[in-house]
This record gives sequence, C-alpha cells and structure tokens, in this order.
Amino acid sequence: LQSLGGSRTLSPSKEWEGRSLLKALIKKSVLCGEQVHILGCEVSEEEFHEGFNSLVYHDLFRDPLNWSKTKEALPRGSWGALTAMCRRTDPGPVTIALDSLSWLLLHLPCTTLCQTLHALSHQNSCPGDSSSVRQVYVLGLLHEELHGPGPLGALSSLAQTEVTLEGTVGQASAHTFCQRPQQCPTHQTNWFSIFPDFSLDVQEGPSVESQPHPDPHTSLMDPMTHLTFNLHQRLKETKDSLTLPFQFSSEKPQALLHPGQGQATSHIFYEPDAYDDLDQEDPDDDLDI
Amino acid sequence: MFPELNNLLNISPDRAEQGKLTLLCDAKTDGSFLVHHFLSFYLRANCKVCFLALVQSFSHYNIVGQKLGVSLTVARERGQLVFLEGLKSSMDVFFQAHKEPHPLQFLREVNAGNLQPLFEFVREALKPVDNREPAWRCPVLLVDDLSLLLSLGVGAVAVLDFVHYCRATVCCEFKGNVVALVHDSGDGEDEENDILLNGLSHQSHLILRTEGLSTGFCRDVHGQLKILWRRPSQPTAQRDRSLIYQYKIQDKNVSFFAKGMSPAVL
Repeated sequence: LQSLGGSRTLSPSKEWEGRSLLKALIKKSVLCGEQVHILGCEVSEEEFHEGFNSLVYHDLFRDPLNWSKTKEALPRGSWGALTAMCRRTDPGPVTIALDSLSWLLLHLPCTTLCQTLHALSHQNSCPGDSSSVRQVYVLGLLHEELHGPGPLGALSSLAQTEVTLEGTVGQASAHTFCQRPQQCPTHQTNWFSIFPDFSLDVQEGPSVESQPHPDPHTSLMDPMTHLTFNLHQRLKETKDSLTLPFQFSSEKPQALLHPGQGQATSHIFYEPDAYDDLDQEDPDDDLDI
Repeated sequence: MFPELNNLLNISPDRAEQGKLTLLCDAKTDGSFLVHHFLSFYLRANCKVCFLALVQSFSHYNIVGQKLGVSLTVARERGQLVFLEGLKSSMDVFFQAHKEPHPLQFLREVNAGNLQPLFEFVREALKPVDNREPAWRCPVLLVDDLSLLLSLGVGAVAVLDFVHYCRATVCCEFKGNVVALVHDSGDGEDEENDILLNGLSHQSHLILRTEGLSTGFCRDVHGQLKILWRRPSQPTAQRDRSLIYQYKIQDKNVSFFAKGMSPAVL
C-alpha cells in the first residue's frame, strides 16, 4: 500500500475463498483515511457491505448485461462510469477494489482490461497537470482456475504485488510475490486470520527458503558406500575395460584380418598318422581371407 | 427426500435456508438422486419450485417423486410447481409460432447467444404474486442440468451469466434458493465445463459432489459424497467445512455411512 499506483491481485482457491481477505484489505484502506471505490460484480451490495459503513459501491451485480433494458449496456458503461467517478473525487489516496477481476476478464477483452487497469492506477489528480500524480491503489480478486496462462501472465505483469491464498492443516496462508520497479522481486509466505470485524492478523509463516529444498552445503550420502559386497576401485576399472564376448567392436574384424598385431594368436599342432590323406594339390591354404 | 442426507446437511423442511446457491456435481457417477432429493425436499417445505428439467421427462421425475412421497402432478396443478420439460418444449421451439421468445429460443439460433429468455421464464415463474394465491415459503429454482446447455451450444460464460441473473433475482431479490447440477468429466479436456464448474464453485454456499469409487463398481457402495460448506463473503479465512461420506442408493432411500463403514463389510 506504500507504492504509488500500486496494484494487487488476490488469487484464492475454491476451498480458500479470497473475498474476506479483500474486505480486510479494504478495511485497512478505510482506516488509513483513503477513499474506497468498489466495483461489485459477484455478490450483492448488501452481502458485500456486511461490516462496512463508508464505501462507494458501484453495483454491477444486479443487472450487469442490461437485461432489464433500463440503462446503458454494460460492462463498458459502468466501467466508464467508474473511471469518471474516480477522476471527480477529491485529490488524495484512493483505493479501487475489483470484485472480481475474473468476472471482468470473462466479459471484456484482456487487452481492454489491462489498458483500463493501467490507466486506473496512473491517474492525475488534475487532468493536464502531469506533475501531481494521485495515489491510486487497485485491488483485484482473481479466480486463477478460470483463466488460461496468457491472461494470467498479462495481469501478473501489471500487478506490483500478487497474493496467492493456500492453506495447510486448516490454516490459511498467503504467498506474496512483490515486484516493484527497479527493485528485486521478493517472495514471502504468511499465515493469516481474519476476525469477524475484518481486521487482519498476519503471522510469520514458513519462509520460502525453508521449503523442502536440499541444503547445498551438505553433500548427500551415497547409500551404497558401506555395503560389504562392493567392488574395489581397481576391480571396477578392470571390469569396465573388459569387452564382452559377443559385443561388437571395430577391433575384432581388424584382429581377424591382421593376426599377430599385438594380440595373442592360437596355433594348431597336428601330427598326421598313416591314414591321413594329405592332398598337396588342393590345400585349404589357398584360401586367403 | 432422503432423511439421512437432511441430517448430514443439518436441514429440514421446517427450517430451510434462504438466499443460497447449492451446486450439485457428479464425477464418474450419476448424481441425479440429489436432484430428486431437493425437488421433493422443497415441495415438502411448501416452497414454490421452478424446475428446469432438461434431461428427463415429466413422468420420470414424477415416478421417482412418488417413491419419495411427493406428487409432481398435484404440485403442478395447484400452482406450487412450474415445470419446464425440456424434451417436450424443444419441439415447440421449431414447430410452433410464439409471439415472445421461447425459453429455449437459443436452440434456433446459429450462435447460441445468451439465455435471457430462459431467465425471463424463471423470473416470471417465481416472482411474488398477489395474496389471492396460497403463500409459499420461498421460491426455489432447480436446474437439471447446466452441462446440457453447454452440449447444446451455449457458451460457458453465457451459462454463468444466466446463473448470475438467477442468483441476483431468486436468491437476493426474492430471498429464495437456487440448486443446479453440473457434471464433471474429470479429465480436464472440457475447458468450457471446467470454467462453468469452477466459476459456480466460487459462487456457491454449498457444494455436494458425488464421485464414483476409484476402485470401480461396487454392489454395496455406489459412490462417495463430498459436502463442502462455503462462505463467499463471511469474514473468517478458515478452510470451509467439508465432510466425506459413502452412500448406497436403494429403491426409495439412500443410505450414507462413513468411508469404509458400509454395513456390507461390518
């Protein structure tokens, strides 16, 4: 909330709903004296207003598509009205809460939504006077599983802070990814609880580094080290250098063609007896392999 | 209705909640028994029911209803039940002329746009009327099922918009309830159905998910039921309460038991 023109997206899951955290952040803005504008698309104004007193609520829930034929076609109509309303308010920090970004993303082209979000978070308090830039914080609730990686990536690149809700063992946790301009991005995980009056209690959570990653300074023990039937190193080398009997290698044909080149050759010693017929005219020695 | 399911959900016809969206979901099994349960439950609770029956005929639901102790014929005749029989009405779209758009008008359109005519039908059926009619407890919209609309060419966003308007009108304005069944293919290949299912899950106050057993068909255990209570805008950030039970469907009842505690194996 300290950054100028900051924007945050909350990404809940089906089991860890994010609207209560959105309302808790809205309450923080109210307590800081900021104007708060809410674009309500998913729940009724009565349901959202539970626990709040001073909010400017733009109702897109009751008739978002103008099926009652009473006003200008939406969502561009109310979207334009929202941006115009923000310009007419007094200069000072203002928080715009979008409940939800998913609804807008399903009904508007992604490029239009991204351009409007960018324009929303970079407003001048006096049109034409670029020196006085008003602090505008945009909070958006996004249901990640409804969208593909493209729109999610586009919205992530716009947001300075992303808060993803998860939980383990019945406790909700918020993983915060913060990327401010000219600063290194930071990750942080916190446990949190929200009280019935929407006050927020944040506790230290497991740090990202203590997640299950191996310690690089501790070498992993080889479980085969102390086995009694391990081969010694010299035996291993001898074993690896042996050529298996039926393993093809280029040396074998060469050894057959050129016997005696550094390899032991075998000899056959034959003593012919009286019954052997040695035909001197047709010896097998004529064969030249 | 199934008394054991009422006990699990901690509800009864005498104290039915209002303003809630209940999502029924089935994966690798048939969850239509939940539709029959809520139909008979809300009729017994003296609620005015608008039933968008797109899958089966009126006689099918009536036969099952009679096993559960309610007569859809009597309920329709006395004005408690408004029944849109999708199988029959779809023929009227093509073979009968209508001055006003038919609730299933999207069947005639090349690009099925929105479901506004269907919503207008629901609003007209459940809007409060003058005091000459018997006072019903609260209006209820029951849909069997929303996945069929996707199969008929309606986009997921259009179905979500239809449910959005039903929620805004039936739940918030009329202080009634909406109950809808969506199928889950489970393989992640049907992106439109996944968008519909995930989108409705975020809006629902109660999710009942039936699943077939991972080990296959079993004669004594027909599946398991996951019950998830959600609080879309309540201040606690604790994990929503959930329960898992296994069940066996009988002729006129469904029995529920803890996992592995089927009477057949005890």
